[in-house]
Amino acid sequence: MRELTFLEAIREAQEQEMARDPRVFILGEDVSFNVYGSTGGLAERFGLERVRDTPISEAGFTGVAIGAALVGMRPIVDFTIASFMYLAMDQLVSMAAKTAYMYGGQAHVPAVFRAALFYNGGLAAQHSDRNYAMFMQVPGLRIAVPSTPHDAKGLLKTAVRDDDPVLMFEDGALWGSRGEVPQDDYLIPFGQAAVRREGSDLTVVAIGSRVREALTAADTLAREGISLEVIDPRTLVPLDCPTILASVAKTGRALVVDVGHKSCGVASEILATIAEDGFWSLRAPLRRLTAPDMQIPFSPALEKGFYPDAAQIVDAARRLLQE
Amino acid sequence: MSTPDPATQLEMYRRMLRIRRFDETVKTLFGRGRIPGSVHLSIGQEAEVVGACMALRTDDTMVGNHRSHGHPIGKGAALGPLLAEILGKATGVNGGKGGSMHLADFSVGSLGESSIVGSGLPVAVGAALGAKMQGSDRVCLCFFGDGASNEGYFHEALNMASAWQVPVVFLCENNGYGVTTAFSSISRVPDVAARAAAYGIPGQIVDGQDALAVHAAVAQAVQGARDGAGPSLIEAKTYRYPHHSEGPLYDAIAYRDASELAAWQARDPLPLFARHLEDTGIADTATLTSIEHAITAEVAAALEFAEQSPWPDPAEAHRGLYRTPIAGFDHA
Repeated sequence: MRELTFLEAIREAQEQEMARDPRVFILGEDVSFNVYGSTGGLAERFGLERVRDTPISEAGFTGVAIGAALVGMRPIVDFTIASFMYLAMDQLVSMAAKTAYMYGGQAHVPAVFRAALFYNGGLAAQHSDRNYAMFMQVPGLRIAVPSTPHDAKGLLKTAVRDDDPVLMFEDGALWGSRGEVPQDDYLIPFGQAAVRREGSDLTVVAIGSRVREALTAADTLAREGISLEVIDPRTLVPLDCPTILASVAKTGRALVVDVGHKSCGVASEILATIAEDGFWSLRAPLRRLTAPDMQIPFSPALEKGFYPDAAQIVDAARRLLQE
Repeated sequence: MSTPDPATQLEMYRRMLRIRRFDETVKTLFGRGRIPGSVHLSIGQEAEVVGACMALRTDDTMVGNHRSHGHPIGKGAALGPLLAEILGKATGVNGGKGGSMHLADFSVGSLGESSIVGSGLPVAVGAALGAKMQGSDRVCLCFFGDGASNEGYFHEALNMASAWQVPVVFLCENNGYGVTTAFSSISRVPDVAARAAAYGIPGQIVDGQDALAVHAAVAQAVQGARDGAGPSLIEAKTYRYPHHSEGPLYDAIAYRDASELAAWQARDPLPLFARHLEDTGIADTATLTSIEHAITAEVAAALEFAEQSPWPDPAEAHRGLYRTPIAGFDHA
């Protein structure tokens, strides 16, 4: 099968959805010139009405997307960098997430908000946020964090067709990665985790690019006879708790790996779920590997080691198996 | 711009009176502790609300704000479900999930009211942009206050609407105060309308107590927007007689003079419009009296409907977050 990069898969998903449904359009900064690589050729094919460059007005164009969605359009907003979502926080929280509920179901907001995560690149504190966990605190949003080009395409297509607001976080560490992506139209349902590798000794739940690190760690440990099961939730809201709990019931141990912060994070949430509903199958303490609760420094010498990698997963797994 | 025909003018009067009596009823109910949360009344502002709303077609859209009971009424919404919503009843327009600050009646094009000041401005731009992209000639009317004109939203929305020539009419209901802060004390520019120049769109000031003046200005702006001329900004100079919201909070604060209130009440939009209808022979005293009685009965019926309506099923609180429910959030 042909291979695409993560970015090409996103581009293809958008192109196919725009071709399928005239209500779909893209809104964001510098999208017509494809500065960030996910909109190549779309302005040429669909025109500047549907591939619409916005002023630098994050709150404003987020509100525009919501208003357009209220009258039946299906906008895809490109935030380019997830850190810029803070400028639109009020629209995302007060409007996108609350409209359907607050207006008693008279309307829904079928808008997609794409946000790239550019940590680990010397962009310092204001451009390196990995902020999906913040939005898990906001009922009314769906949240996807794909880990492969295949899933990026399938999840984005599902997001576009969803009647509720979806935030899709694209891990910058994966943008250049390649993988098999079918050309045809396929959807990946939300709330269905992927078991990336089956194993018997330890469940590793990994988010976004950390799935790759977990698989590398699993290869290393397999040579020592240690068997990791690697689970990729793919969507954080809805979160596929049954698959995670079934895995922990089998292995008796769980480790969550995430590049987000530790406190009140994705890992905390997943581990809390396991503690509540999977406690009696546990044979060892629950562990999480995350970025520290620290802002992101500029110098590569300082940022080094902030994000859990395969080596840390290997260490944590070995320790857990001794406990 | 032609003056609306006599039947339309009578309907304008009915809607103004409906808003006045509705909000007076809400005030009474709130005083009796019958309404949860807070209420923000627009008594005194009826002329600009109705003048603007009646310049729209039913299929045109609009967005409101926290002081928005009058907006759907001006657009022709039924009173019962609005009042039921304010009381938190199951029959309310939002099923009891929105309340006073978030009335939405999509059946008359009211896309909802946001109580975060200014946040409806870009949403209105989006609704208008959506209509334009759909090839429809629907226009969106965006109500906001003088307070919202100092939010970043105002500037982002006007700039985008102008850059894209979106069919939206921005209507600033300038009642002089953001809570207790006078607009004149926090802006060196005396008129919000002047800010239109910064975005290359028409800006004008109208007498907000004169329903016909507002109607004429908005009708012209709506027609322009329909014809592809893009957005415009209209500032209606008006006044709210009540404080920012009901309750004792503001009574003891001397943020405005009694003489100022009296001066505005001397030009109360209702008697002003009633006199106009009589002077032009559109209605005689008997007609106006019968309208008064009809509206009183209508509001009483709405109150009866709202009061007799059931409370929402408590389980409803856990429904409706998503169109496709998610376990743990929604109970399908």
